[in-house]
Amino acid sequence: MNYGAGNLYSISLALEKLGAKVKVTDSPAVVKSAGAVVLPGVGAFDEAITNLLRLNLLPAIKKSIEDGRPFLGICLGMQLLFYKSEEGKRNGLGIIKGRVRRFRGAEKIPHMGWNRVRCEKEIPLWKGLPHFCWMYFAHSFYPQPEEESIIAGITDYNTVFASMIWKDNIFGTQFHPEKSGKDGLLFLKNFVKLCRR
Amino acid sequence: MLAKRIIPCLDVKNGRVVKGVHFRNLRDAGDPVQNAAFYSREGADELVFLDITATIENRETVVDMVKKTAAEVFIPFTVGGGIRGIKDIEVLLKSGADKVSINTAAVKNPDLIKQASEKFGSQCIVSAIDARKSGKNKWEVYINGGNTPAGIDAVKWAEKVEKLGAGEILLTSMDRDGTKDGYDLQLTRAVSEAVKIPVITSGGAGNLKHLYEGIAKGKADAVLAASIFHYRTYTIRQAKEYLRKKGIPVRI
Repeated sequence: MNYGAGNLYSISLALEKLGAKVKVTDSPAVVKSAGAVVLPGVGAFDEAITNLLRLNLLPAIKKSIEDGRPFLGICLGMQLLFYKSEEGKRNGLGIIKGRVRRFRGAEKIPHMGWNRVRCEKEIPLWKGLPHFCWMYFAHSFYPQPEEESIIAGITDYNTVFASMIWKDNIFGTQFHPEKSGKDGLLFLKNFVKLCRR
Repeated sequence: MLAKRIIPCLDVKNGRVVKGVHFRNLRDAGDPVQNAAFYSREGADELVFLDITATIENRETVVDMVKKTAAEVFIPFTVGGGIRGIKDIEVLLKSGADKVSINTAAVKNPDLIKQASEKFGSQCIVSAIDARKSGKNKWEVYINGGNTPAGIDAVKWAEKVEKLGAGEILLTSMDRDGTKDGYDLQLTRAVSEAVKIPVITSGGAGNLKHLYEGIAKGKADAVLAASIFHYRTYTIRQAKEYLRKKGIPVRI
């Protein structure tokens, strides 16, 4: 989904390389008809919400998720699913209960570079990956879901935070699988496989 | 724990990778996209392309290289050299670059860093600082590919770009660049301790011990090197094994 934020080129190239048919779009109609939705994103929380509202994309995203189609939110694209973020004043989509918090106390902010994700759950997207895998991060805010049961991966950066969430058909990563080399591509390949089912 | 990063740097001129000493006496070191793919397979954490031609006519060559790299390499990469304004940044990011590094244009117009980080996010704005020693524990910023002293203090400038919204600093010692004598550890440490954003140290890496010192003594978050990797003196893997043995967290 294209809503004026982030490096869309990398994620669409990665998914195409893995055999997915990708359409970069800002049209609610296309989102509604798609078999799966990927919401990428870097940039600011409020601006992203403003753009999604302006493009009238929120109902389409909600519909797609309610219909049970696979959804992958990456970085800001995952954070937008929450109620609130300390980065902005606007409300998020409110699909996942909880808040997005700012890192405090870490030596360096943003949390930028490769860190390990510990798989907390057996989920299809982790298939074939090591229990601790290296993924690429670039962010200053992290998600704090209310329901601990949806945490599928955790990462330690001064604070231990949820770097991967999973609830039914919703997958969200704080890391960038499209920039995480071999392991990242395997993760995305698992997502593409799941979408084919 | 966050890994310390090893970043091969590709100096690019007219679409070819080159390597020189003190930005001069350039030697050909191959095709940029092939080099990038090679380093990615070897386990590089990130890549930096610096376009040292940096002429307006050359922008298309750079954009083409960025697009081709993004289609083959799925690790983060930064593109720098010749960026003059928001439009240049937008074109590079839309072509698949993850970050852009800005030097001369930011010194001439510091507001560019602020505008760019607000528009695209801090995580993709790297402030490149070329510095040369000017006195005891003092370094001066240079612009225009290291040709022009800018009359500003490097540590103060680092603090300023952080406030303006830069997400990272790529710090090059002009005194050490191409010498293989090791990074300027005093400079690296002074800048690393002055800011909270990550610092990539550059200029002077000639062996694996230098990489270790850049991190352990210079307090850098990432080490950048060119010739030791281009001329296959060491593989990325060797560098990481060495650092790991020394207790530095690395991604292997």
